[in-house]
Parts: sequence; C-alpha cells; structure tokens
Amino acid sequence: MSDKSKVIYLLVIFCAVAAFPFLYNSLSTPVNAKIELNTPVIDAMKVKQCIVPKEEMRRDHMKILNRWRDEVVRDSHREFGNIDGVMYEKSLQRTCMHCHSNKSEFCDRCHAYASVDVYCWDCHLAPKENKP
Amino acid sequence: MKILLPFLGVIGVVMVAFVGVELLNLRYLFGIIIPYAAFITFMAGVILHVLKWGRSAVPFCIPTTSGQQKSFPWVKRDRLDNPSDNLEVIGRMALEVFLFRSLFSNTSSSLKEDEGRLIHGSSKWLWGAGLAFHWTFFIVVFRHLRLFVDPIPSVLYLVDSLDGLMQLGVPVLYWTGLILLGSATYLFIRRVFIPQVRYISLPNDHFPLLLIIAIVLSGLLMRYFLKVDIIYVKDLTVGLFSLKPVITHNLGLIFYIHLFLVSVLLAYFPFSKLMHAAGVLLSPTRNMPNNSRRVRHINPWNYPVKVHTYEEYEDDFRDKMKKAGIPVEKE
Amino acid sequence: MSNSKSEELSSDIKYTLPEEDWMDVPVRMKKGMYCHGANENSLITVGFPNPRQWSSSETNWKLPENWQDIVLTGMAERLEKYRSFHIFMDICVRCGACADKCHFFLGTGDPKNMPVLRAELLRSIYRREFTTAGKLFGKFAGARELNEEVLREWWYYFFQCTECRRCSVFCPYGIDTAEITMIARELLNLLGLNIEWIAGPVANCYMKGNHLGLEPHTITSSVEFLTDEIEELTGIKIEPTFNRKGAEILFVTPSGDLFADPGTYTCMGYLMLFHELGLDYTWSTYASEGGNFGSFTSNEMGKRLNSKIYAEAKRLGVKWILGGECGHMWRVLNQYMDTWNGPADFLEVPVSPITGTVFENASSTKMVHISEFTADLLKHDRLEIAPSRNDHYKVTYHDSCNTSRGMGLLEEPRYIIKKVCNNFFEMPEHTIREKTFCCGSGSGLNASENMEMRLRGGFPRANAVKYVKNKYDVDMLACICAIDRAALTTIMDYWVPGVRVIGVTELLANAMKMKGENNRQTDLRGDPLLGAEGGDAEEESEDV
Repeated sequence: MSDKSKVIYLLVIFCAVAAFPFLYNSLSTPVNAKIELNTPVIDAMKVKQCIVPKEEMRRDHMKILNRWRDEVVRDSHREFGNIDGVMYEKSLQRTCMHCHSNKSEFCDRCHAYASVDVYCWDCHLAPKENKP
Repeated sequence: MKILLPFLGVIGVVMVAFVGVELLNLRYLFGIIIPYAAFITFMAGVILHVLKWGRSAVPFCIPTTSGQQKSFPWVKRDRLDNPSDNLEVIGRMALEVFLFRSLFSNTSSSLKEDEGRLIHGSSKWLWGAGLAFHWTFFIVVFRHLRLFVDPIPSVLYLVDSLDGLMQLGVPVLYWTGLILLGSATYLFIRRVFIPQVRYISLPNDHFPLLLIIAIVLSGLLMRYFLKVDIIYVKDLTVGLFSLKPVITHNLGLIFYIHLFLVSVLLAYFPFSKLMHAAGVLLSPTRNMPNNSRRVRHINPWNYPVKVHTYEEYEDDFRDKMKKAGIPVEKE
Repeated sequence: MSNSKSEELSSDIKYTLPEEDWMDVPVRMKKGMYCHGANENSLITVGFPNPRQWSSSETNWKLPENWQDIVLTGMAERLEKYRSFHIFMDICVRCGACADKCHFFLGTGDPKNMPVLRAELLRSIYRREFTTAGKLFGKFAGARELNEEVLREWWYYFFQCTECRRCSVFCPYGIDTAEITMIARELLNLLGLNIEWIAGPVANCYMKGNHLGLEPHTITSSVEFLTDEIEELTGIKIEPTFNRKGAEILFVTPSGDLFADPGTYTCMGYLMLFHELGLDYTWSTYASEGGNFGSFTSNEMGKRLNSKIYAEAKRLGVKWILGGECGHMWRVLNQYMDTWNGPADFLEVPVSPITGTVFENASSTKMVHISEFTADLLKHDRLEIAPSRNDHYKVTYHDSCNTSRGMGLLEEPRYIIKKVCNNFFEMPEHTIREKTFCCGSGSGLNASENMEMRLRGGFPRANAVKYVKNKYDVDMLACICAIDRAALTTIMDYWVPGVRVIGVTELLANAMKMKGENNRQTDLRGDPLLGAEGGDAEEESEDV
C-alpha cells in the first residue's frame, strides 16, 4: 500500500465516522416520541391540569419524583400541595399513574426517544394496560 | 496575558451566545446556521490539512527505535518499541493512540543542587491525566449520539448504563463528565502552575483547554441544574443530523451557550494544535517499521548528486598511493 | 569524590526561568558555548552556497541581501519534501514531556534548550509565514517575524542540539527535534552559516575520503603503526590490505579510529579480530570514512559523502560491507544509505564466512555492524575468550544515541561485553538503552572552542557514570562510537576523573586469545593485566 493511499484511507474512515449519524437517520424509521394524553381519567377531567404546569413537568418530573420518594420513604411525608393549594398524595402509582395509566404511550415514548433508562419500575409495579 | 486573553476569549464566546440568543433572539442562527457552518469548517479543514500533510513526501525511513532491533533469532527483540514490519507498527501505533505509550515512559529529572547530582524518576501524572481526559472526552462525545440518532442503537444504552452505574441522583450522574472536568482542570492548572510548562505555553494552548472546560461546565449545568427539555433538544439535534432542522420550542439559553461553545471548538480545531489527533497517525518516527536495512525505502524526490569519484581521487593521489603500495587503476 | 573543577559548572545550573516570555529574551551568545563559523574555503570545496569569511562572534555575519527570501523559500521547499518537518511544525501541543529530556537543558538550565522551545524557534516563523492563524493573530498565535536576531538564535541553538533523539522517545507524537535541527541547519547552510568543525571535515571527506583528511599513504602508515603495536603485544604480525579487489568484505570505520587514542585501541581490536578469523577483507583509502558529517549540514551533502561506500564496494567487487563502531554513521547506514545510494544489487546478502549466519536484517543494505558480526561469533563460540584479561577493569556501557534510537542496537554490544569481561555494571535505567544520554558533543559539536557547552551537555551522562563509579568502583566506560571515545574522555576527565573510555572491540581484543600469541602481560593500552607476571595489583587489594 503506497503512502498516499494510506492517507486517503484514513480520510475515508474519518468521513465515514462523521457521516454515520446522517446516514443512520436517513435510513432508520424514527420512533414515535409523541406522548399520549388521552386516557379515560384525563378525558373525564373538566380542567386538564397536572400537579404543576406542563412545561415544568416536562423538565423536572424526575426531580419531583425523586424528591417525593425521599420524603415519603424517609419522613413519611405524603402530602403535596401545589401552587393552587390542591392536595395530592405523593405516589407514583396512585397519583401519577392514576391519570397517566398508559405507561407505554406516556412514560416510555419519551424515555426511549432520549435513551433514558429509568429505575422506577425496579421497585414499582407498572400499571396493567389494556393493550388493544 | 497569555492566560488572561484566552480566558477572556472564552467568556466572550459565552457572551456572544447570550447576546445573540437572549437579547437578539437569533435562535435560528445559533441553533442551526452556526452549528452547520462549524461542522463544515471542521470537516473541510481537517480533510484539507491532512491532504496537505499527505502531499509532503516521506523521503526516509526514520522511526525512533525505543527498543531492541530485529537481528538474530536468539536476541530478544522489542516488537512494539522497535517494530520490524507493518503489523508490529500497527501494534505500536495502537498503543500510542489508545494508551499514550510514549508518555507512559515519561520521566522527571531534578537536580540536587548541593551535591550536583541529577535524579531521574518515573513520572506518570501527565500520562494519567492525559489519558483520562481523552478517553472520557471520547465517551462523552460518543454518549451524545443518543441525541443525534433516532432510534437509539442498543450499544448506547450499554454505554449509558455503565457510565451511570452508581445511579447517583436524578438525572443519573455520569462519572465520565466529572472525570473529564477534573482532568481538563488538572491539565489547565498544570499549565499555569508548573513553571516550565507555563513558560512554554502559548495563548493557543490555554484557549482550547478553557474552551473545553467551558463546554463541560455548560453541559453539566444543563443536565443537572438549569435543566432543558431534552425531548425538544433532541428534536433539534436529530433534525440537524437528518438535514431537516427545525426549532420548535424555546430550548433555554444554556443549551445555546453549550452549542455555540462546541461550534467554536469545531471551527477552531483544524487551524490549531488540536490537529495532533490526526497528525499522530502520520508521524514518521512512529508509523514506520525499522526495516530500512532489510527493505529499501524509496525517496520520491531522490536526485543524482555531484560526487567526488574514485577516478578523481586516484588522479589526486596516484603517486602517493603507488609509493604506499596501494593498488591503482591507472599506472 | 567531587573535585572543585567540576563543581564550578554544576553549581550554576539552575532550572529557574526568566520573567519575560522566551520571545522577548534576546539571544546572548556566550563564549565557550558555540563554534567557529565555517571557513570560506571549506564551503567552496563542496560548492555550498554563500561562502565568505565571517566570524560567528562578530555582529556582522555578512548575510546575502535576500537572506529572508532564501530562508523562506527553503522552508517552503522542505515542508513539501519532509512530512516529518511539516507535521512536527503543526502538531506540538506543548505538553512539556520533552522539557527535561535534553542533556543540554539539564546541563545549562537554558529554557531554549528544552526541545519544545528549540522547535518553537523555528515553529514561530513557520506560523507567521505559512499558517492563517499566525498571519492573523501574530504573537498571540505564537508567531513572530524573521529577523537577524531570530537567525542568530537559530544558529546558536540549532548548533546546541546533537540530534540525539532522546526527546523523541518521550513525545506522545514522536516529534523528533533531530529532524527539526536537520532542517534548520539546512536553512542556515543555505546562507553559508555553517560551523567549521562540520564544514572542514566535510570538505576533507569529500576530497580525501575521510573527515580527518588523511591521505592514502597516511592511512596505511597509521594502520602500520597499529600493527607494530600489536606485534609488540602479541608477537603476531598482521598485514592488512588496502583497496584490494576481489576481497570478500569491505571494512569501513570512522577515520577517528585511526587517529587518536582511545579510538586507536579499538582499531587494533578490529585488526586483531579480523586476523584471528582469517577474514578475507580489505580497507579502502577512498571510502575511508564511516561517519558522515555531511548529514550534519544537509541531506544532499550526506548523500554525496555516503556515495563513496557503495561506489568503492562496487569497484572492488566485494560481496558485502562490514562497518566499525560509530554512532551517527549507523544512523546514516541504517536509515539513509540504501535510500540515498542504493539499491546495492551488485552486492550479496551478507553471510558470516566463519559461522555461516545470514544477516537477514541487512539483506538490502548489505552492511553489517561489527557488534552484530562479533556477537554472532561469540554465540557460536568461534573465538577463544579469556574474560579474566579484563578483570582489571570495572566496566559500564554507554549506549550511543544513534545506535540506540536510530537503530535499536542494544543487546548485541551488551552480549559481547558480558562474554568478554567479568565486571559489568549497568547505569541507572533511565539513563541507558533508548533513554541514554548523549555525550554532548555529537552531530559535529566536538570543537574545542565549544568546550563549556560540551561539558554541560555531557553532565547528565557523567552523572550516571559517577553513580556507578561511587557504587561499584566503575573505571571504564565502554561504547561503540568514535565520537564518544573522543568526547567522553574529555567529559570523564572533567566530571568523573578516573574513568576512562573504551571501545567494545578493544575489550574483546583484550580477552581474545590469538593463535600463536605471546603470553600477554598487558592489555592493548599497556595497562598490566591483573595477576600477570610483573603486573601490580595494588588497586585491587581492596577486593575481597
């Protein structure tokens, strides 16, 4: 192999690595990252409102859940009053999943999209879903 | 001044992103145009630079031999430090590129001035910090692929879960991020406080280090403290890497600062010492086998030179040679 | 064991750095730390550019009008000719690993003797003239203007580098200051800024075949003188041949071996060895130089001088070439000769006529190192050896820069030494093999006017010798390099008095029993052998 061709091979490898994400995306089918909010419980709500505003929830839900876990497990402190004074129980299963009973279309879609490997379900039981 | 200027430079980069995004609302520019421009500069710059190196000839076989040559079967040779064929060169290069073997053998010399005695000892700090820095940098960049491609290949899950193995906090702490910050900081501090290294450092030695530290800091802030909506971020980044970029939502200033810092690093790369990443692969003292007595190396520009021939020499000294009994061609 | 003399130089070595940036520190040429400029005639003889009478100690170097153009054109040309140079200009990250690796830095404390800064002297101009960043940002990108001050700095510091490659071992990218120094010296040479201690020998070698300028009859008489010595010692009369056609082997060694002790003892060693073997070999008066000072000024000059070896081998019709003990000679033979002046298809793959060993590793160049040749003999027990005849010495071994870092000849000489002498002690691990320290006088810097620099450059080597002297009473420093033999003798006298320098082949010849020899009472240099009749063993009385 001549010296010049070694340089060319090197550059080809470099370009291939750089082109990988572009090629991959153009050939793959994107996952559906759209979260599904239409569960029976939510549909029945008059005011569709989560415990905190939606944007905050999208950004910080993991922090809220983490805090809840610590407060419940360590301090038995189970009540969460939101900004409007509405009280909620700090419970993943009984509060969150009560409305969002569709884990696979709600939690999992985003987490899969962003490769977030949550460990909630290491302890908690995932709600039974009525798969169509 | 050598340190202050690059420091101000990095602050300046952050300020530009702040003004551009927060005050002037140039999100399209900072989110799409500049990253693309930086990426193209990076690719074209690196390729052109390597081609330029490639155009330069390699006239001689000049490996630095750091071990025993291949001579007799009964002499134990050093295949990695004195490679005798291409396979062994690949071994040497692989260890050099992946494990910084030359730096591993680094020593430190000090003078006992009262006794006039030199002491040489092994010194592995630079090797350790350098290795930690480059490897964690690589893993962090590799991990970012999860934001660039959709759907996510399973190998990324593996890297992610290994990196977050200790499950500290939420979001899970990536230890590579911390090591990267630590090692980059060490390398910077070393440049500032070790007198010899400070003396040889140029502003453009400090700048990339500070830039990388700023990138890491903004990344850590974004992940653990200031928080951005990762789904919206990924919408943009996947869009960038699918050539269909759109900015749908407000992504937060810290994201734009991070992205702009990275863009600056990419654009800076080909014009700087950061090209060592490619250069090390082409370094003739490392990537050639020490076989020049066994295989003739060809110099592409070898040309005939004027020599003093034997005939001319004999003409100069024929009588003296004959008197001394040395055979001559012409009597 | 320190003496007041050596304390003088070592006491002012400080590794403290100036306040100012190195670019702002003007070069101050200190007497004793640089060589005389080249004589006009030396340059004219070989047709080097811009010959003139000038003095390196004066301020006016009588540069040609367009000297900047010459330098920059020369740089541009070499960037294309040498990828090494091009890459080494671009990729240094100034990590500092090389900083304390240079013997000249360790001996002077001058930061511009750190390999990284030595290279920056050139790199700063490269950036200014050949890179966008340097053109735009100037000093902040590490760039500066080429002016006469810079040129003086180049001249001073690139003739304070012995091209020993020690820094290159530690550099994570293999940046080799030897390569940079070679280019810098080529550029200086374009302006006629050579040093006489290189240019003189180059001119000699070009016209007369060897650096010392020994004419044919002087070579034969020098060798005759040595054979007389051998006869006196052993009773054996050796009659070597010169320029003999049809010999199997052409022997080439540095001319220094013919000239002054202790090199002459090594030369006696060659003569005795070849005689004992009955080797069918010849010396050449035309190719009477193994070393190559041409390679210290320019690639082209190196090639012009080196061409004589193959030309003479072809003319004499030998089968292969055997090379004596020399450092840079072997860098050239191993890494340059075949490329320059090959292919040597008129020669045969070297085979030892004694053992039948085929020297596969030299199958293209067809030139074998004397230590390879000898080690093979000893491995096959083809010599009768009495190692006790070296018992009066306690020996350590200095790897020459070029044979270690430009070849990898590390084990062969050690194998010989261990076979032929009983008292062998290695210096500390960071100072030997590929990490060996230079003698401080290599690459043509062995000039007497350069004495302070040489002594300083030799300090790290001497320091390691002193260590084994204090620990094991070492009194002999073995080596396989002609410049080492000349230079280290001076270095030892200054830093470690009582230690002498010896060629490996001399050690071999001491121990080698020759057929029909007298009962030897002394070694090659007339030192009484231990236990020999009439020999006094007072020094050794302390041994239990």
